[in-house]
Amino acid sequence: MCWSTSGDRLCLSLFVQGSKLEIPMWLAKGLHDSKRRLISVELPKIYKEAWRTVFSADANVVDLHKMGPYYYGFGSQLLNFDNPENPEIAQTILQTFISRFRRIMDSSQNAYNEDTSGLVARLDELERALFQAGQKGLNDFQCWEKGQASQITVSSLVQNYGKRKFTEMDG
Amino acid sequence: MKAYIITGGKRADSGKRVPIAALEEMRTLYERNQADVSEAKSGRTDLIFLIRFRHCCLLRNQRCIVAYLYDRLLRIRALRWEYGSVLPNAIQFHMAAEEVEWFNRYKKSLATYMRSVGGEEGLDLTQDIKPPKSLYIEVRCLRDYGEFEIDDGTTVLLKKNSQHFLPRWKCEQLIRQGVLEHILS
Repeated sequence: MCWSTSGDRLCLSLFVQGSKLEIPMWLAKGLHDSKRRLISVELPKIYKEAWRTVFSADANVVDLHKMGPYYYGFGSQLLNFDNPENPEIAQTILQTFISRFRRIMDSSQNAYNEDTSGLVARLDELERALFQAGQKGLNDFQCWEKGQASQITVSSLVQNYGKRKFTEMDG
Repeated sequence: MKAYIITGGKRADSGKRVPIAALEEMRTLYERNQADVSEAKSGRTDLIFLIRFRHCCLLRNQRCIVAYLYDRLLRIRALRWEYGSVLPNAIQFHMAAEEVEWFNRYKKSLATYMRSVGGEEGLDLTQDIKPPKSLYIEVRCLRDYGEFEIDDGTTVLLKKNSQHFLPRWKCEQLIRQGVLEHILS
């Protein structure tokens, strides 16, 4: 990440008023200033009205992983830029989550010991984390039912290091 | 810098090397900003944008570095609970001196706390992490470990693939470290 040299040149081109650029979110947040109006932010298309209508129609069919895998997180950050459509955007994000949540919870609690790639393919990262939490709960419960809850296991840290160069260690 | 965070293990680098490149960059940015701030004060308002931009980069670098170091610290703390109070050399080699010191202070803190609960002898919270069902357990040795002394004075030779019937509290740590395997009957 070489901002110091290319970044200065980036700045000079940004300087030309009215020019359009793609910059990372953290930079946009830092440069944004409601009083000074240094930059104006254009909404990515999935947060615009056209897509918002799609979401309100049926949020379950949307492939949120393809639509930028951080739909909820990124959308929340977008609200920082004093956009007049903010209330609608916020509402859409919330409603989308509500309508998709039930299915995620159900599938994560019922898919035991099977290939879940089909179930998570169209989930964004937040939803995938939720799915994983559900799976963990399910697996822990099954483990307890089988009477394996008292079995002492290798620590996961050790297992991961073992895959690298653990053999050089003496016991 | 972000690449280091994503690949994340402590093996990726020692606590020293990675942030150095980022710190160098921060220093350059800061010096340039210092120069420009004084110019901006004396009238060149067009520099404000550039100064602000560099400042954002500085904050971003700082945040990445802090996130990386914090993640390492969380893993080191987890080691105390999952591995034990003595870290293997292979891991210590990859830790910065400050991290080792942090580990030692954490150990001490934890020991003080454990001594203060549970009556006279204190309570070892790192034991019995899974609910115990019996005093003795069946274990198989996963690699050659050597001689191992049990409480009544007898020693057991832990050779790869040998099986033993041993007190649970003595084996727990070795199982977590991957030396032994707990076999359920």
